Amino acid sequence: MALSKNRPVQGRRSVLLPDGTIASGAKSRMEEEFLLDALRWMMKSRLYDQRVIALQRQGQFGVFSPGTGQEASIIGSAMAVDPARDWMVPQYRELMATVHHGLPLEVITAQYLGKIAPGRIPDGVKVLPTQVSIAAQLPQATGLAWGLRLRGEDSVVITYIGDGGSSEGDFHEALNLAGVVRAPIVFFLQNNQWAISTSRRVQSATSSFALRAAGYGFEGVEVDGNDVMAVYDAACDAVQRARNGGGPSLIEAVTYRMSFHNTTDNPSRYQDPKEFEEARTRDPIERVQKFLAGLGLWDAKREAAWTEELREENEQALQHAAGAAAPRPEDVFANVYQEPPPRVLRQRSELVDGARG
Amino acid sequence: MPQRNIVEAINNALADEMESDPRVMVLGLDVGKLGGVFRTTSGLVERFGAERVVDTPLAEASIIGASLGLALAGMVPVAEIQFLGFTAQGFHQLGPQLGKYRQRSRGRYHCQVTVRAPFGGGIRSPEFHSDAVEAQFVQSPGIKVVMPSNPYDAKGLLIEAIRDPDPVLYCEPDRLYRAGRSEVPDGPYTVPFGKAAVVRQGEDVTLVAWSAAVELCMRAAEKLADEGVSATVLDLRTLVPLDVETLCAEVVKTGRCVIVHEAPLSAGFGAEISATLMEEVFYELDAPVARVAAYDVPFPAASLEDYYLPSMDRVLTAARRTMQS
Repeated sequence: MALSKNRPVQGRRSVLLPDGTIASGAKSRMEEEFLLDALRWMMKSRLYDQRVIALQRQGQFGVFSPGTGQEASIIGSAMAVDPARDWMVPQYRELMATVHHGLPLEVITAQYLGKIAPGRIPDGVKVLPTQVSIAAQLPQATGLAWGLRLRGEDSVVITYIGDGGSSEGDFHEALNLAGVVRAPIVFFLQNNQWAISTSRRVQSATSSFALRAAGYGFEGVEVDGNDVMAVYDAACDAVQRARNGGGPSLIEAVTYRMSFHNTTDNPSRYQDPKEFEEARTRDPIERVQKFLAGLGLWDAKREAAWTEELREENEQALQHAAGAAAPRPEDVFANVYQEPPPRVLRQRSELVDGARG
Repeated sequence: MPQRNIVEAINNALADEMESDPRVMVLGLDVGKLGGVFRTTSGLVERFGAERVVDTPLAEASIIGASLGLALAGMVPVAEIQFLGFTAQGFHQLGPQLGKYRQRSRGRYHCQVTVRAPFGGGIRSPEFHSDAVEAQFVQSPGIKVVMPSNPYDAKGLLIEAIRDPDPVLYCEPDRLYRAGRSEVPDGPYTVPFGKAAVVRQGEDVTLVAWSAAVELCMRAAEKLADEGVSATVLDLRTLVPLDVETLCAEVVKTGRCVIVHEAPLSAGFGAEISATLMEEVFYELDAPVARVAAYDVPFPAASLEDYYLPSMDRVLTAARRTMQS
């Protein structure tokens, strides 16, 4: 395929191969204990996806975009930033990255259940709201990173985008501005090969999204997005560079959306089952389990125990969110203005009085 | 008291706020050494440095989107979009993003962002530069829409905008930028939002306008006075929030209303005013509410703009017809 030409200079970074072995000569800064932690988060992410998709099918959960298949990208990138000082600006398929960054699972779950106050990101948690207006978060993330530097803070911003989102004008504008002001930011592009039903092949004629960074005057790297060790290493390099005043980076994590776009989607209408089956052989979670099994750190018993524990953790968050206060009619007017205009206050009274009968 | 035109009043407001609050910064196209294409930011980069007066890449969505992020980082950005018509290239970051951010974050975040943009016809500017698209932002709840018409208000409303914790679109009447000087005090002061100004008190008909159309209405009121018709001129100053109370009170006093704006007629903000008057004071009107607006066609070539924009003749004709009812 023509797209295989013009690879980035460095080639695609890879450490942990799909069969659970380490690529020859490769090294990762991700130690074994840390890898176990990564695995736990990746499993938690997939189990959460499975549970809330089932709930959505029963009408008990909102429209949801799972991260299934992309857990190495989601968790490996999140582990490279420091929740105490760094900021995370998500799109909408990185739920467990935001939880890793300190957003309580019950809070983001409450958002999907339509809760208002219980869905508020707690003070001190350096996460911005999920963004479904594709790529709109990118200029905002650039501004945030720029502003943090102007304020003299030792912070880095990581923001997420997909292969589809990279076609938006905001992608170009945000990366261009970030390069000019040398904002301390990491643009983490999850190339999961699909924008709903639109294949990566028709999203762009570029052979590599990472190559685009050169056009903005900073470094782009391509990494096996199903390899949590390689993702973590690439993200750590980018975070370190940003923190040291080296400016922005673009990371293209090449992965595969092993589920649907969201719970309204039906990939059987457009996806080649053979391609999907091939992608399954590169599962980001299984390769970690195989690798750890080779070290004697993983077996079926441990998997069963962890699965049980993580399901219980997720269930507690779900129940907590489900039991949180339901929205009230007047919440329609909540959090729009610090001081609502008189006209809006009047409309609020109309609604509240009407709702009370 | 010092005399300033609108350009000088805006420049003075920016300087005062940058002086008193180190978080305030200005960003946009050509705002640095050039001082902006209309010179509203003249001298600021020399005084406050290139970190706080920033010439950005030519990209409206990122000017506005980055301002949102800068505000979340604790800065107070004042973004300049070179002409209001070019907000089209950043509309999604202004109406949908800035306007909804507080709500979408359940109140965790707010955006103390001011977006300044000159607009309006009458200066023979090229295509897209004159478009009066203010009503588009009235349909973007969460954004305040501020339309100064004179130097005193230009400074006071801009300082109010910069200090407002929520996003404000501040539209500048480029035709009046240097139309004349009037008293503008040194030092910061504010003009509150949502308080319309009675700039001329009359008894027979109320002319309602904002921005440069206020000046047209003032001239029309003079002519009407020659004909023995006493006109009130009401300057709304802000479309969001809208001062319904003063609007209704001043229309009830005369029983007649002519609304004048530079935006196209259909679904222009005049329609909102007219509908509001129908709802609130219909039985106290002596004549149907009249509107004088631009036509429902795109802004034409500059050589035709005098035929397109509301003219003195059209305002007078509307007022006279209203008086006959």
